[in-house]
Amino acid sequence: MNAKPLASIVSAGLSKFGKLEGLYAREIFAEAAKEAFDNCPNLDPKKDIRALFVGHMGESYEHQGHTGATMADWVGLGNIAATRTEAACASSGAALRAAICAVRSGLSDVVMVGGAEKMTHRTTPDVTEYLAMASDFPFEQWNGITFPGLYALMATAHMHDYGTTESQLSMVAVKNHFHGSLNPKAQMQKEITLETALSSRVVAWPLKLYDCSLITDGASCLILTTPELAKKYTDTPVDIVGSGQASDTIGLYERESLTSLQAAKVAARQAYEMAEVKPKDINVAEVHDCFTIAEIIAYEDLGFCNPGQGGKLAENCETKLGGRIPVNTSGGLKAKGHPVGATGTGQAYEVYLQLTGRAGKRQVKDATLGLTHNVGGSGATATVHIYRRA
Amino acid sequence: MSEKAPFTIEQFYKNINQGKLLAGKCVKCGKIHLPPRPVCDRCYSKDFDWTTMPTRGKLVTYTIIHIAPVQFQSMAPYAMGIVRLENGMKIPGMIRDVSLEQVRVGMDLKMDFGTCDASQPWPQWPRYCFKPL
Repeated sequence: MNAKPLASIVSAGLSKFGKLEGLYAREIFAEAAKEAFDNCPNLDPKKDIRALFVGHMGESYEHQGHTGATMADWVGLGNIAATRTEAACASSGAALRAAICAVRSGLSDVVMVGGAEKMTHRTTPDVTEYLAMASDFPFEQWNGITFPGLYALMATAHMHDYGTTESQLSMVAVKNHFHGSLNPKAQMQKEITLETALSSRVVAWPLKLYDCSLITDGASCLILTTPELAKKYTDTPVDIVGSGQASDTIGLYERESLTSLQAAKVAARQAYEMAEVKPKDINVAEVHDCFTIAEIIAYEDLGFCNPGQGGKLAENCETKLGGRIPVNTSGGLKAKGHPVGATGTGQAYEVYLQLTGRAGKRQVKDATLGLTHNVGGSGATATVHIYRRA
Repeated sequence: MSEKAPFTIEQFYKNINQGKLLAGKCVKCGKIHLPPRPVCDRCYSKDFDWTTMPTRGKLVTYTIIHIAPVQFQSMAPYAMGIVRLENGMKIPGMIRDVSLEQVRVGMDLKMDFGTCDASQPWPQWPRYCFKPL
């Protein structure tokens, strides 16, 4: 539990998630940055911040690439080193990893890291097509697969191999909507019933509408520095004590297992070893619930339960607020929303709130150790980070 | 054929267009690549032979796509899955000529080779699919 910190978070910002009419990604990112700057009066952004890493998935949404420089421009950081990272839905998880490396190397002692995506101005078929670009084109997209379809393939295999039920999948959605109802920045702040989820229209059987995350506009950011410098900026820093990142085959069909994500398992092992902690030590976790089955698989890949037991963990409310290991207290991708490039550091924002006691109605009591799990595509990228209250 | 055809995705689909399901087999380490790759990801050799794959297999997992990408919307709902061929290699594909209620994990399937229209824009690949035996 005493692993040396890799870097410390001294401030964080998150825009409202949802349909942000008339606002583009750069403008939404500026909102998130403003919160982070305002909450850290000892920080002089223009003087102190030496680099910016921004997760952003697609140029197609706004016909805008070159997002690193664009965001630096819009948050008034002018001539600093600004770089976009792209790893599909794990774009800002990968940005966080890069930012930690920048701080650890000594090259940039104060770094801003975040992500942004503007999606809701596009039609659902357009968004479906842009998201599908994160999967293999010649064999998966070419044969009519969609993103819900890829996770549906995993869900069918999980149901077949372990007896996981459609009802257990829906219970993940019910829980995350409950958590979302406690988060004023969530896209969906309304509770749903199990019947509503189970009877919603089929998207890609066995996944229904309420098994799928949302199309969302949003942005998130963190200010990272060295553990030594952190004290200059805040009395309540959060240390990052473990970082893991791994890749896997781009095609789901090539993988040995269709019921777990090897990249997530490898990233989790790296993060746990670095942090010198075990899964049972984690008090609060934000996991990549792009689909309900993804959260169930995440429980298993992260070691919160044994393989095949994820459905039961959800059913027994062990991952609900008040349970043994509360997961996605923010509402997750399911209810808080999933502006893809913003999701990874958006998860870190929630854990930062939890570990500094600022999570309001959804506060996990005495949370000292948190975890984020951010997945790109159907699992070809995964990042896992572990955080400790300093 | 003295010169071997290149071990590429483009060539894989040319073979499909001729009704042949071929994979690349690494001469050095023996790994079979379906689809073929020009460099072996296990031993980095570039020395391959073409090897014929069985066209029959069993369905490992599947989904019924209701919300389809734009170019597939007229076909929805349709079944799509991952098939384990008789030699253990896996390949994804649509499952056709079956009522959607009949699709089951473990069902026996056979590849049906599509052909492609040479006038279509990139990519000029056929669309194979799987059908019940």
